[in-house]
Amino acid sequence: MKLHRYTLAVLLAIAAAAQVAPATLTAPTTPAIAPDGQGFIPRWLLLEPIPVNGLTESAVQKIVKTDYFPNQYTVLPHDADKVTVGKTELTWHAVDTKLYNVNLYHFAHALGKPTSDVLFWAVTIVNSPREIPDVRLAIGSNAASVWWVNGKEVIGIYSDRQTVIDDGVSTRLTLHQGPNIVRAAIINGGGATDFCARFLDADDKPLKDYTVSLSEAGK
Amino acid sequence: MKSVLPITALALASLGFALDGTVNIHDPSTIVQCNGKFYTWGTGGSGLVSDDGWTWRRGAQLPRRGLAPDVIHIGDRWYVYTAANIGAQPKAAVNMIWSKTLDPESPAYKWNEGGVVASSDGVEDSNAIDPGIFLDPTDGRLWLTYGSYFGYIRLVELNPKTGTRLNPNDTPVNLAINCEASDMMYHDGWYYLLATHGSCCRGADSGYNIRVGRSRRVTGPYLDAEGIDMIQGGGKLLIGSGGRVIGAGHFGLLDLGDGVQKFSMHWEADLDRGGASVLDIRPLLWKDGWPAAGENLKEGTYELESVRTGTSLEMAVEGVPVGGPRGRGGRGGPGRGGSTAPGGAAAPGGAPPGAGGRGSGGGMFAGTGAPIPPQDAAQVSANWPAGDIGARMANYLCQAQQKWAITAVSNAGGYPGSPYFKITTAGTDRALAATEDAELVVLPAFTGGPEQLWRIDQLADGSWRIMPKSVPNSKEALALSAVGSSFATLAKFDPKSDKQHWLIKTP
Repeated sequence: MKLHRYTLAVLLAIAAAAQVAPATLTAPTTPAIAPDGQGFIPRWLLLEPIPVNGLTESAVQKIVKTDYFPNQYTVLPHDADKVTVGKTELTWHAVDTKLYNVNLYHFAHALGKPTSDVLFWAVTIVNSPREIPDVRLAIGSNAASVWWVNGKEVIGIYSDRQTVIDDGVSTRLTLHQGPNIVRAAIINGGGATDFCARFLDADDKPLKDYTVSLSEAGK
Repeated sequence: MKSVLPITALALASLGFALDGTVNIHDPSTIVQCNGKFYTWGTGGSGLVSDDGWTWRRGAQLPRRGLAPDVIHIGDRWYVYTAANIGAQPKAAVNMIWSKTLDPESPAYKWNEGGVVASSDGVEDSNAIDPGIFLDPTDGRLWLTYGSYFGYIRLVELNPKTGTRLNPNDTPVNLAINCEASDMMYHDGWYYLLATHGSCCRGADSGYNIRVGRSRRVTGPYLDAEGIDMIQGGGKLLIGSGGRVIGAGHFGLLDLGDGVQKFSMHWEADLDRGGASVLDIRPLLWKDGWPAAGENLKEGTYELESVRTGTSLEMAVEGVPVGGPRGRGGRGGPGRGGSTAPGGAAAPGGAPPGAGGRGSGGGMFAGTGAPIPPQDAAQVSANWPAGDIGARMANYLCQAQQKWAITAVSNAGGYPGSPYFKITTAGTDRALAATEDAELVVLPAFTGGPEQLWRIDQLADGSWRIMPKSVPNSKEALALSAVGSSFATLAKFDPKSDKQHWLIKTP
């Protein structure tokens, strides 16, 4: 794991130095992190991209309902975990973003992976200090994306689109006390690709009273 | 006084829904709410009452059957001011009566005489009729305007604790001339004097129209938007004749709270009611510091666009591009770079690749060469699910699932100025409804439940508030809310937020 973190850091540094893409992602250095000032979730596990094609609602739903690796809707991966999709071995990477959004183009490009016509899986754990009813997951993504909270699909936005804060918003849901798993599938057609995510409270204000970790032990 | 209105003014108002039930009245008092019912009285003391502000019936008469009464609620009293000729016009007097309730069924219903609060002696430049009562929200002082075409519209101060004249010997203040049916209101640092110009009481030949001036002081001067003092006949038009209704008179502010304001008035002649004088309620809008008459919603097929996000409400089904899917063909000729790549050949129906410059060549910008008909549900609904479907927001693309038919529902009640509506996906009976968890769903068919009935009020800025009649298992009034660019919900109405402001646009 340490080696992997080092590898990612080196790759990101190289990418930055070569000016091929700004390095907006870093390897986490703490067990948990708070959301940023606007409530955006900064820490994620990202799986290296899977080649797919299609951004329409039906195409995206078909893509995300396809089994790529075992337990893809329930797994809580760790940094450097590997899965095999088809004949390709893909690695999960833990990242912190410096910005409100997670730049998947930076992520994939730094790893020398494709950025167009791809599917990214993202997972994180939101540790709530108490049960909080009537919150909403609010996301933006480039391009289409589907989102799950604690295993339930709560958002789907489709077509070629840019990341807009609070574009897709879930119906009201309850954050459990303790860990809550947020999972996303982001599908890009071409060009830039990124996402942002936060929770809104019952008054549509950003929720900030929680921590983010990448393992249930990290809360 | 009988001057002809400009044609542009005549075009301002158009026909909305007329109120339902018995609405015959002339010179209605400002509509007020008491114990959940709406009340108004007209000349002769005849009253109208309504449980919802939409369907009206005959109510109790006032014990004083005067001219053009007005009513206000202060403390635990309802004060009614009504005028009467006490000799040959313009000799007249305004009397006050009060009761602790307007509900004749209440044990507290008892009218008490309060005496004369203003009068004219038949010679002075005043005709003390058509009272309008105004409680200044800034300082709690109570004012009465009165007058008609003989002489001036005048202002006197009353005692807000008793409703009587504060200082009977004070000289009234002259505010306006060549008008009647005056009333006042306060908005954002300005006092507004509303008065009716034109000819009264001539049915479809009545030139009645409501005009307004404003002042920083309650005592005036009241100038119109052109700077003309109302005491010299000025007045900016608020509403005149239009559609099938003629002669607008007797403004009365109906403030429903949450920034929703309407006004009561009468039409001298409703052509659809045989030319009778009838009550109406219209939205009150504000533009550049001036009140303007809004419209009650008319039935039709509409796009519902969020003021906040610019995206539109749609039934959550996969859309089909209007005219059918088209490939991303070449950009045409050398005017935009020469190549037809990446499409290569022209898009379906397009001109040949490379044939001309930007806007005139083939490829993806060339179109089909023929008008594309509007998309309706029948063309694209074959794969729509049969059961409940969600609702969401999207960029408006003229697609069938983004067009909503808004239709009045008979015998379902209403609210001040309008009936309840159903909102269905145009060309279908799939009905927008509130769910028990205060979200939205599109049901397979409209069945008339209160969660499928919608109240649609025009707001001060001309946009609309859209509210279900009720939300299952909830007593809270909620409004359609754009919580995200791609998602709408139901939430408590906040007049200061664009989330619950909607544009209702013709597709």
